[in-house]
Amino acid sequence: MLHLFAMLVAATTGILIFAGGLVTSTESGLSVPDWPNTYGYFMFFFPLEKMVGGIRYEHTHRLIASAVGFLILVLAAWLWRAETRRWVRRLGYLALAAVITQGVLGGITVLWYLPDPISIAHASLAQIVFCLTMTIALATSPGWKRAYADNGSVPDDLVLQRVAVVTTGLIYLQIVVGATMRHTGAGLAIPDFPLMFGQLIPPHWDSKIAIHFAHRVGALIVSFAILATTGHVLYHHRSRSELRRTALLLLALLATQVTLGALTVLSKKEFIINSLHVVTGASVLVTSLVLTLRAHRARFTADIRRADASASADTSIGRLAGDHA
Amino acid sequence: MHSPVRLLAWLAAVSMAVTSAACGGSASEESTGPKAAAAVTDPVDPATASAITGVVTLQGTPPPNPPINMSSDPYCMKLGSATTPVFVVSDNSGLENVFVYVKEGLGNLKFPVPSSPVVLDQKGCSYTPRVFGIQVGQSLDIVNSDETLHNIHALPTANREFNRGQALQGMKYATTFTTPEVMLPFKCDVHKWMNAWVGVLEHPFYAVSGKAGAFALAGLPPGNYTIEAWHEKLGAQTQQVTIGPKESRKISFVFKV
Repeated sequence: MLHLFAMLVAATTGILIFAGGLVTSTESGLSVPDWPNTYGYFMFFFPLEKMVGGIRYEHTHRLIASAVGFLILVLAAWLWRAETRRWVRRLGYLALAAVITQGVLGGITVLWYLPDPISIAHASLAQIVFCLTMTIALATSPGWKRAYADNGSVPDDLVLQRVAVVTTGLIYLQIVVGATMRHTGAGLAIPDFPLMFGQLIPPHWDSKIAIHFAHRVGALIVSFAILATTGHVLYHHRSRSELRRTALLLLALLATQVTLGALTVLSKKEFIINSLHVVTGASVLVTSLVLTLRAHRARFTADIRRADASASADTSIGRLAGDHA
Repeated sequence: MHSPVRLLAWLAAVSMAVTSAACGGSASEESTGPKAAAAVTDPVDPATASAITGVVTLQGTPPPNPPINMSSDPYCMKLGSATTPVFVVSDNSGLENVFVYVKEGLGNLKFPVPSSPVVLDQKGCSYTPRVFGIQVGQSLDIVNSDETLHNIHALPTANREFNRGQALQGMKYATTFTTPEVMLPFKCDVHKWMNAWVGVLEHPFYAVSGKAGAFALAGLPPGNYTIEAWHEKLGAQTQQVTIGPKESRKISFVFKV
């Protein structure tokens, strides 16, 4: 049940990122000038008939964000009550702290008229929140817990572990560069694709072209990294279905993401395509993270053994106390 | 050992922190409003005052004004189809909505600030006027005459940025500008098609070309002036003009497309 709820929280976090992408893509970020109120109304009482123009995107984003914040609060409380692994409980607290910070950043960026550093931080922290909720969903899944029952039989592949960590890190960096590109208005600084001003390298430069160029180069680097990780999985760990399926999903998401990136430029930032590019990027990140965590799964068996030992010690002490009583 | 009381106390502390952050931000929005200007007498001698008049024309056929898709707001949609009035051209090629002003030549002369406000109306899901001028320190009253809500978002480079919501018909927001700035744009983030520009000056010698592209800068002291004409799409042009006492000079600006 906890796992299903954690999955729901992770899914709504993904939806929230898509809604945030819509706000930026439609340039609706300042269509509601106040925060946390909406045009002076308590946000949950804002009349539906007044949700017009850019307000539809911005206010809907705020409502979804509030729902996600509440769900993460419930998740953290649930983990605190029911989860035996300390690190999973801590992930819940961290997710709660991150989503509160995220809400405050969202408010500040509106009140301060979307300063680039705050908006970029807001976009980047959203990915962290998604990563945290997805990690909790994974850690509470039956498949993950079964690995503990395997009692360390899952082999450690140091190469896979390292390449997966690097890949996930590169994807996150690429998303931060993408957020910088979006919030500095550099999305069409290079207006053609796949060439750049008809050439392989832009013939002239300014800061926006440089950011856009960095995002394209980043896409190449990330693509190679994902191909390296997934290639390693498919070659060396074909029999491990939890790795194989994640690797195949990662490849499919990569292909989708590159296509959406190209279409974003060619469609001159059509807002749905643009927003899908944002949420697919986030999906690439969390899929790579899941692959990375699964590659490291053997390391977590020690944690459960400790938990088991602690639980059995508690039981013994309880028995002893009961005997004395 | 965890307890529900501790958890609730912790949540309450977090909520208070978030709420105080929110309230702190809102309060900073209230620092605007017209300020009393120091009394200054008009330095221009009416006996020698001169005028520069003229027309702004457009040479060539302008592209059609872009249509506005108002489907995102049913109220605006009811008003019917519209186009963005980028090029408003009369039969004799006169170009409207061009801001004409004295850019240089007044030296250190100080001019009184009019006590009457300039009104920027949000009416029919567009700004009226689209292009206008105002003096530093003069009150700008921004009014919502629509039955829908608007936000009025100023995007200055030299003045203070602001973004105010007007949720109800009849709401008014009064503000002033502290620094000359030509041109200072406004937009409505709710309705993307709504744009306006104001020229903020330290003197009253500005005009916006009207019907047939005509404009007039009256009451000028004799002198040598740089006159600039600004159009939202076609940019700016300048001319040097010398006028003597009680003289009236006619000039013309020709924009090309």
